[in-house]
Amino acid sequence: MSQPPRSSSYTEYHPRWYRPRVSTWWWMGRWSYLKFILREISSVFVAWFIMELLMLIHALSSGQGAFPQQAYREFLIWLRNPVVVFLNVASLFFVVFHAVTWFNLAAAAMVVRVKGKKIPGVLIAGSNYAAWIVVTAILAWALLRA
Amino acid sequence: MAALAIPVLLFLLFLAFPLGWIGAPSFERLHDLVRMPIVRLGLFVLCFFSLFHWAHRFRYTLYDGLQIKHLNHLIFPFCYGGALLGSVVAGYLLWNFH
Repeated sequence: MSQPPRSSSYTEYHPRWYRPRVSTWWWMGRWSYLKFILREISSVFVAWFIMELLMLIHALSSGQGAFPQQAYREFLIWLRNPVVVFLNVASLFFVVFHAVTWFNLAAAAMVVRVKGKKIPGVLIAGSNYAAWIVVTAILAWALLRA
Repeated sequence: MAALAIPVLLFLLFLAFPLGWIGAPSFERLHDLVRMPIVRLGLFVLCFFSLFHWAHRFRYTLYDGLQIKHLNHLIFPFCYGGALLGSVVAGYLLWNFH
C-alpha cells in the first residue's frame, strides 16, 4: 500500500483553501471583540508597571552615600510628570478592567464540582473578588504603615 | 496573581503617593520594607510572572489583532527575551538590594 506524500506541496488535484481575508481591524466591529482586544492590550500596561516598580527598587537601592534619599525624591518628582501621570491613570484603568473581566469569566473558565454538584458561578466570581479585597487590604496596610 | 496585587500597588505607589493624595512613606520606611527577604521574594515572583504574562499575551495580541504571525521569528524573541531580561534585572536588583 502506498503512503500519501508527507509534504504539503501542490499537486494537480489539491483543492484550493477557502480563506477569506479578514480585515486587520476586525475587532472594531463589535463591542465584545473590542473588549477582547482591550483585555489583551492590558498586558502592555502590566509591563509598564513592572518597569516602574524596578525603577523604584533601583531608586531605593542606589540611595547610598551622603544623600541616600536623592534618587527616591527624584523618582517621586518624575512620577508627577503629566505624561507619566496619564500613563499611570490609563494603566490603572486597564489593570482594573483586566481584573474585573477575568474574575467575571473565571466562573465560566473554571467548573468546580463538590460531591458531583457544580458550584454556582456567582460563588467562584465572589471568592475571586474576596481574594482581591484581602490582597488589596494586606498590601495597603503594609504600605500605609511604612 | 498579577490581577490581585497590581491595582493597589499601582494606585498607591505611582499615583496617590507622588501626587500627594495620601502621605508618601519616608525613604527609610520604604527602604526597610523592601529590604525584608519575604518582600523581595514576593516582588521577584510578581515581576517574573507579570513579565511572562505580558510576553505571552502581547505575542497573541500581535498575532490576533494585527495578524502578523508571519513575523514570529521577530516577535517570539522580542517578547520572551524581553521577559527574561526583565526578570534577570529584577533578580539582580532585588538580590543586591541593601
